Order: sequence, then C-alpha cells, then structure tokens
Amino acid sequence: MSEKVILAGLGGQGMMLLGRLIAQAVMLEEKNVTFFPSYGAEVRGGTAYYHLTVSDEEIFSPVIEEADALIMMNFPSYLKFKDLLKPGSMLFVNSSMIDKIDNEANIDVFRIPATKIANDIGNVVASNMVMLGAYNQVKNLVSIPIFLSCLKNVLKGRKEPFFEVNKLAIERGADFIKNF
Amino acid sequence: MKLADENKKYLLTGNEACAEAAIQAGCRFYYGYPITPQNEILTHMAIRMPQVGGTSIQVESELAAINMVHGSAAAGARAMTSSSSPGISLKQEGISYLAGSELPCVIVNVQRGGPGLGDISPSQADYFQAVKGGGHGDYHTIVLAPSSVQETADLVFDAFDLADRYRNPVMILGDAQLGQMMESVVFNKKCKPNSFKKDWALTGANGKKRNIIKSFYPVRGELEEFNAKLQAKYSLIKSKEVRYEEINTENADIVIVAYGTCARICKEVLMENKTPNIKVGLLRPITLWPYPSQIIQEISEKVRAILTVEMSAGQMVEDVRLSVSGKCPVHFYGRTGGGIPSPKEIIRKITEIISVKEEKTSVT
Repeated sequence: MSEKVILAGLGGQGMMLLGRLIAQAVMLEEKNVTFFPSYGAEVRGGTAYYHLTVSDEEIFSPVIEEADALIMMNFPSYLKFKDLLKPGSMLFVNSSMIDKIDNEANIDVFRIPATKIANDIGNVVASNMVMLGAYNQVKNLVSIPIFLSCLKNVLKGRKEPFFEVNKLAIERGADFIKNF
Repeated sequence: MKLADENKKYLLTGNEACAEAAIQAGCRFYYGYPITPQNEILTHMAIRMPQVGGTSIQVESELAAINMVHGSAAAGARAMTSSSSPGISLKQEGISYLAGSELPCVIVNVQRGGPGLGDISPSQADYFQAVKGGGHGDYHTIVLAPSSVQETADLVFDAFDLADRYRNPVMILGDAQLGQMMESVVFNKKCKPNSFKKDWALTGANGKKRNIIKSFYPVRGELEEFNAKLQAKYSLIKSKEVRYEEINTENADIVIVAYGTCARICKEVLMENKTPNIKVGLLRPITLWPYPSQIIQEISEKVRAILTVEMSAGQMVEDVRLSVSGKCPVHFYGRTGGGIPSPKEIIRKITEIISVKEEKTSVT
C-alpha cells in the first residue's frame, strides 16, 4: 500500500494541521510516513502546500512527482498542482472556492462544498476536516478514531471546545460522499 | 529531567529530531543564531534545554555561537551549534580554532542554496567547505551525512561520541529538505556522555596540574610536531570510521554515488526498478570525511560506469574521481540553487550514459 497526497490551500485553511494529524495517525498505525511542508517565502493569497506520502514500504523521495490524490482548498492551489495528476488519480476540491476544473477523462473528481458545509455547522475554520471526512470516506487511509485522538491532543485547554465541531465536520464530509 | 521515552515514536522534523537527539546524547550547551531553514533547532533547544537543566542561548552572531561552543567544549561539556550555509561560513575561523585546540563539539549545517545569501531551498553546495577544511590550516572535521529524520537523530548521537573519542569537531551535514520534512523517529540510542575521560579539560587546577587548551605554537618546530600528531589522528579516523550504505552494487551495470537527500531520491530509481534493462546500484557515503574511497575503488573495477548525483555543480564527484582513479568513467548529474534532482531526470541520465556506451561498443 502506498498513497501520495498533496494538500494545498490558503494559509489559514488548516492544511498544515490536517496533514500533520494524518501523518501522526498513520504513524500510530505502524505505517511509514513522510510529510514535507512548504516553508519560507510564500505570497499572500497564494498557496501553502504539503506533500504527504504514506507507505508500508520504505519511502524514498519526499517530493511527489505524480500524486495519487490532491486535496485542494482554493483555486491558486488547484492551478499549481493539477499537472501532478496521473490517470487514476483522485481530485478532491473545495467547490466553495474552486468552480472551474479542467475536463480530465481519467481522473475521479470529488467536488465538496467544504467551506459551506463547515459554515453551516457553525465554524468555517473546520473546512479542512470536512475535506478529510470526504477524502477518507473514499480512500480509507486513516483510522478516524486514531485521528480524533491525535486531534484531541492538539485541541487542549482553551481550544478544547472546538473538538466537537471538528468531529462533526469529519462526519459531514463523509456523509456528503455517501450521498454523492 | 524529562527525556524522550525510548520506545515511543515521535513525528518530528529533521531539525527537531536533531535537537532532541543532541539533548538525549547529553549535550547541555547549545548556542545558535537564527537562519532559515534550521530555526526549529534553535526553537527546540530554547524549549527543551531549561527542562533538562541545560543552557540554550540565542546569541548575537554566528561568531559568538561558535566561540561559546569553544568555551563549553574546553570546560569538558558536550556543546553544539547549528546554522545554515551563510552562517556556517561565518563560523569557519572558530571551527579551525576548535580543530587546532582539539576540542570535541558538534556543528550542524542545514544547507541552503548559495553562493552568498542564496535562497532557503535545499542544497549540497557546501560539500567542499565541509570536507576540505573550510577554515585555515591542515585540519579535518568528521562529516556525517544523514538521509532521513531517523538517521539524523542516530548520527547526532554518534557525532557526540566520535567528537569525544577523537577530540575533534564533528559536522552533521544536512539540507533544507531533510531539516524541514517530518518523519517518525525513535530515540533509542544509548547516551554515553560520561564514558569519555576528559582529563585535558579546564575544570580548575586546584590540587592538580594545570591544563592548557591552545592552538598557538610560536616556537619553531613545535607546530610541525603538533601537525604531525593531528595527521596521525586523522589517519586513525580514516582507518576506523568510514561508513557507507551499499545497495545492489553486485553485478550492477552502473553505480550511483550520492549522499543525503540525493541518495534517497536515487534509491527510488533502484528499488522501484525504473530502469528494467539496466542494473543500477547505489553507494551512499554516510561519512563524507573520512570518505569511503576504498569501496568506491573496488566498485569501479566491476562496473561500466559510475554516476554521481548531487545538489551542487559537482563537488563530491571530485572525491569519486580520486577514488576511481581512471578505472571507469565517472559521470555527473547535479542541480543547483534549490533545484532537487527528480527520479525521472536521473533515469534519463542513466539511460543516456548506458546507450552512448552501447553505441561505442557496437562500432568497435
């Protein structure tokens, strides 16, 4: 088993946190994982992006040349990474912020209105978790209970009240795919 | 004292793993000046050192950092500094003094693009500086080149032991990619800071003979004698401490020589069998000084060609050529200024080398 995912969005859309939590959760499931974040000189309104590779085998290059899946939160991210899709790849887009997508014959596209769903349940910041719920419903990469335990470690103290809405966001993302 | 649980897996960046491993290895003095892409080392030290009763100082300059390391090392403590390429250039005078004073310490270089201020992307263009001296005088630092987050942690442990064993500075030569990426890491190497007797250290002369730490030998003949002693030590290190990883070199058509991040990328070409008609092997130097010349020479007698892959304009390839001394053709593929070679590029290069050779063979 091997999965190469690129997560990208605006700074603040929670891709770093999401990627790191997935990495932590799959690590606890005894899989090999490499999480390579973009860092340094980025432009406002541009993209923050992360290469996540999960495998049962040794992981070599942490830089992804051909992605199994893209999780794209905004339009500039989609433009930046669409060429890394290969036949059979899956594209998960936040359709609240990405409306135009190229016609790709061999790509499975999942349009998830993540920002809207998160807003509807009361916290727009949880759009990253909506995307995870949707992605994982299709790919089943990570155990959600383990992921939630990792999330709980991050949302401590002052942030504890946000746990429930994040959990709900994951469920709503999964529900969206079930009714897709 | 809070130390990592040795059976627990942590998800850390290479930089964090490097800093934590240093603490686990008994380093209690860290001095650093911020520079991307290694700031996580400084941050981690600032958080962790007070928890273990150590000292972490964000100093006013790279020069201050390396000279504070000099002070701590002279007093017999395990000390470390870290920086990235431009900052390491600034430390060279201090490193030469440390080598000249035979002081054990660890210096971490998380390389970025150069020359000058360059950029903050991964690079391996400080190879010459790291292995050929860098500062003035006939000296060497032991240079260790990890290629994963786990190996970064493991080599930091070894670096402190090697430094103490040989009374010599040891450099960890990483790069921005290795420093920034996250992987799982276990800290299960045993810490042996007290197993080295430091009777030379400046710990006070009350009731005992005074010690002198210096790199100044103005009396004619003394310095030559001291240099001979250093060279004898370097010969010993060369004979005992060479490390490398060798994969599929038996019956290979072509062997890639690459270290650190580049070695990881080259490994993908071999392990995923991306060149079905060409047998590719890999020799990954783990010590860049002392260099694994012997094994490269042995390989050169059995293969059709050697390919060196670096994130530089061609630095380590010179040591490969010296080792091979004409026994087989040595090719080079490199990217500079933050460019990272991709498996596709390496496959193209390999195919090019082997097909050119085949044409020549068919003509004769």
